[in-house]
Amino acid sequence: MSAQPFLDGLNSRVLGDLIDCGVGVRYPGGYRIFAEGAPADRFWLVQEGTVALGVHVPERGDQVLETLGAGDVLGWSWLYPPYRWRFGATTRSPVIATEFDAAAVRRRCAADTDFGYAILQRFVPVIGDRLVTTRLRLLDLWSRS
Amino acid sequence: MNPAVPAPSRVVRRRQDTADTVTVELSGVDEPLPAFQPGQFAMLTAYGVGDVPISISGTEGAGPAHTIRAVGAVTQALCAAQPGDLVGVRGPFGIGWDLAAAAGHDVLVVAGGLGLAPLRPVVERLLADRSAYGEVTVLAGARQPAELLYRDDLVRWAAQAQVLTVVDRPDDTWTGPVGLVTTVIPAAAVDPAASVAYLCGPEVMMRFTARTLIARGVPAERVQVSLERSMRCGVGWCGHCQLGPLLICRDGPVVPYPVAEPLMSVREL
Ligand SMILES: Cc1cc2nc3c(=O)[nH]c(=O)nc-3n(C[C@H](O)[C@H](O)[C@H](O)COP(=O)(O)OP(=O)(O)OC[C@H]3O[C@@H](n4cnc5c(N)ncnc54)[C@H](O)[C@@H]3O)c2cc1C
Ligand code: FES
Repeated sequence: MSAQPFLDGLNSRVLGDLIDCGVGVRYPGGYRIFAEGAPADRFWLVQEGTVALGVHVPERGDQVLETLGAGDVLGWSWLYPPYRWRFGATTRSPVIATEFDAAAVRRRCAADTDFGYAILQRFVPVIGDRLVTTRLRLLDLWSRS
Repeated sequence: MNPAVPAPSRVVRRRQDTADTVTVELSGVDEPLPAFQPGQFAMLTAYGVGDVPISISGTEGAGPAHTIRAVGAVTQALCAAQPGDLVGVRGPFGIGWDLAAAAGHDVLVVAGGLGLAPLRPVVERLLADRSAYGEVTVLAGARQPAELLYRDDLVRWAAQAQVLTVVDRPDDTWTGPVGLVTTVIPAAAVDPAASVAYLCGPEVMMRFTARTLIARGVPAERVQVSLERSMRCGVGWCGHCQLGPLLICRDGPVVPYPVAEPLMSVREL
């Protein structure tokens, strides 16, 4: 698992502590991993397969916003109250991932600031990238392309 | 060929690519249209309406092909032209992609929307001499599945290169990735440090794609982008296409990203 780019550069103690909070999972294609508004109690590092992040729009159904794949982190809503998913996630193909217990990771972050800082350093770029992607998409880039 | 005088040419073939985009293949009436380099453009005249710069998107048979999206008066008239109809051609003009830079390297071809048109001859050239390059990856993004260009080509290219398509707004038929073309960059099979990248699409897309590639280790000087500015003469006389120190018709449209970058972020010059 340490081959995941997300974990690059973590020192072995932090990495070990993080791995303690994770278990391997497999999901079939078309599986709803979490729904918008539900408690955000886990996050995942995707090793194989793709996951669609989406939002339900009344009368338009589920709208896919982004797809994540191998090497991506799924879920950051667990980092900050109210710990509810802002979007829904559904697998688009069979997925192999490591699932982390968010409450356990938060407890370690609170107890060990080095661990907490390392985790935050990994998540801030993920959040930043998702924000940039979302803003770019809102521009409707292609309308004049 | 006098660059100021359009050569009368006939539409010899016409293909409707998407709802508003058409590919036409042209043939000179008096003499064959000149050969071109991938990334160059021609000024196409719709007689009685006007002329506009349009990239050369390939050679479908004898003459050059152009893929045109109907956005205004001239492009609508060009898109409406049927086989046998006359259009005027000046060119080819401009500096195309520096393909020599790709020899012995991995290659990333990244297109947003209609940006695939000027990159299509690039892919054809790369695949025609496949062993001269390392990994070749084509990333093509479109707003929606129905707007993906050259679907037959994409399938054909996939036999010799990695082809990844991504759409912004999926429909029920779409099973591929969703998002902007930058989102599939991590899936590219190339070694960034050993890669050359050719980018064409909306300017914001090129900016963010270039930044993403450079952050992943592609040397900035090996990223090339194709710029668009409105044009009149096409040959550096009128100054219409000026962007900072460049005349895009003469010094571009393809420029290295380090040259383009400071100009692309300038709102107005
Ligand atoms: C080097 C170069 C290569 C090009 N290659 C192609 C090509 O391969 N295929 C193609 O279809 N077009 C291409 N273009 C763009 C094309 O030249 C313009 O779409 C065209 O000039 C519009 O002319 P018009 O009279 O039809 O529309 P206008 O009446 O001038 O404009 C109609 C609408 O289109 C918008 N528009 C004008 N120019 C552009 C533009 N460059 N991009 C997007 N929207 C525009 C205007 O803002 C307006 O809303 C290229 C441009 C350049 C500079
Ligand atoms: S179009 Fe006239 S100088 Fe470029």
